[in-house]
Amino acid sequence: MELKNAMLELIRRASTDLSPDVEAALVQAYDREDEGTPAKSVFGTILENVKLAREASTPVCQDTGSVIMYIDFPVGHSEKVYKEAAEAAAMEATKLQYLRPNAVDPITGKNSGNNVGVNAPYLHFHQWDKDEVRVRLMLKGGGSENVGAQYKLPDTALKAGRDLKGVKKVVIDAVNKAQGQGCAPGIIGVGIGGDRVTSYALSKEQFFRKLGEPSANSDLAALEKELYEDLNKLNIGPMGFGGKTTCLGVNVAAQHRHPATFYVAISYTCWVYRRKQMIIKGSEVTYD
Amino acid sequence: MIKLTTPISEETARSLKVGDEVLLSGTIVTARDAAHKLMVEEKPDFPRPYMKDGVIYHCGPVVKKHEDGSYSFVAAGPTTSTREEPYQAAVCEEYSVRAVIGKGGMGPKTLEGLQKVGAVYLHAVGGAGTLIAKRCTKVETVFKLEEFGTPEAFWVIQVEDFPCVVTMDSHGNSLHKEIAAKSDEIAKELMGLK
Ligand code: SF4
Repeated sequence: MELKNAMLELIRRASTDLSPDVEAALVQAYDREDEGTPAKSVFGTILENVKLAREASTPVCQDTGSVIMYIDFPVGHSEKVYKEAAEAAAMEATKLQYLRPNAVDPITGKNSGNNVGVNAPYLHFHQWDKDEVRVRLMLKGGGSENVGAQYKLPDTALKAGRDLKGVKKVVIDAVNKAQGQGCAPGIIGVGIGGDRVTSYALSKEQFFRKLGEPSANSDLAALEKELYEDLNKLNIGPMGFGGKTTCLGVNVAAQHRHPATFYVAISYTCWVYRRKQMIIKGSEVTYD
Repeated sequence: MIKLTTPISEETARSLKVGDEVLLSGTIVTARDAAHKLMVEEKPDFPRPYMKDGVIYHCGPVVKKHEDGSYSFVAAGPTTSTREEPYQAAVCEEYSVRAVIGKGGMGPKTLEGLQKVGAVYLHAVGGAGTLIAKRCTKVETVFKLEEFGTPEAFWVIQVEDFPCVVTMDSHGNSLHKEIAAKSDEIAKELMGLK
């Protein structure tokens, strides 16, 4: 049950605190807004809330999201052990109010009450050559999940072709349509190529990158920078009240596509950007 | 910053304008989908004393039950309001509600209802779960807890200095409409569609 306890601590940390890069971006956003505007007040409230949640060890947001884990493990480990530990950790975290019960059966409408259900928590498994385990956790808010979008290029209405210029247009369109609904400012993950499933998967995995860390691909790095600047010109602002910060970061990645398809998936996460990871090496656990 | 205390008179509600920042104190009631449906379909009397010249809060809180049977709010930020669009105007009229708190704004039907009744839509800070729970000083009582579950129940709570912004007023103005119209134009320009 040590694995369960480590996962429980990972959930607690993710639900009740934000990573330093996210908090730093929120401080910058606060400094950027003009005195006396609702935008400035919103960022003031946000920063105070983050501090209070950390001190009291209570959820930053009452929507504690869907529990999604990405687990990299050494050869010979059993997936079942991780699945059981993740479920037990989610149940316990719900009891301790680090998580709100967020797993609902779509057929009966019944909430399982403990965040465990079919594909809940959702686990992505990956075996690697290292002799350590990495568990990356995302608590993904529902309101911001609802404003994600997938486009198929070319898109005639937006005059978006099958190139990076076309990608840029659809991302602007998606963020404009989202307005403040996803609890702006958001962080935007973009997945280019792949199929319907893998484009979304790629877009969401971008949330594990640190804010401000550019793509290793210079074309994508340039696109990220342009998008970051353009999206912040939309003046949607925090909560959609208007203001200089509409997004805190844009992370883009690409994968090969079928010649007949060109998908662009856009995942949106709210400013309550909860992702944490832990490395388990022998009996030692380190959190980041 | 405008200090607002419940009960709120129609005159006070009508004096509020889009963009006003408000600190709200007094008694408010949480209500989400199940509660709104009930108030439209069955018009129960139990919420009336709390809602007349009062405030509805779109919120599904995380709540702690103490050993003595009392409750306190652990995290209590706003939830998306548009889900109540079909009901909101009717509820405000039936129960003489003066303010609705939520996030994301609401549609034309509610905007019209606010004009008619003399009420406003107050936007809270989405995600500020712990801060708002701390401004909730007391849980007075709860209705329909068994039937609806924690997030959907009617929680009657006392708040102190709950920070909000008026984004829809009783004069037909909506900040959401304004911001979206402007950003649409900017987006078109950025996409080279103009
Ligand atoms: S979108 Fe994010 S900040 Fe907003 S309510 Fe959901 S989890 Fe909280």
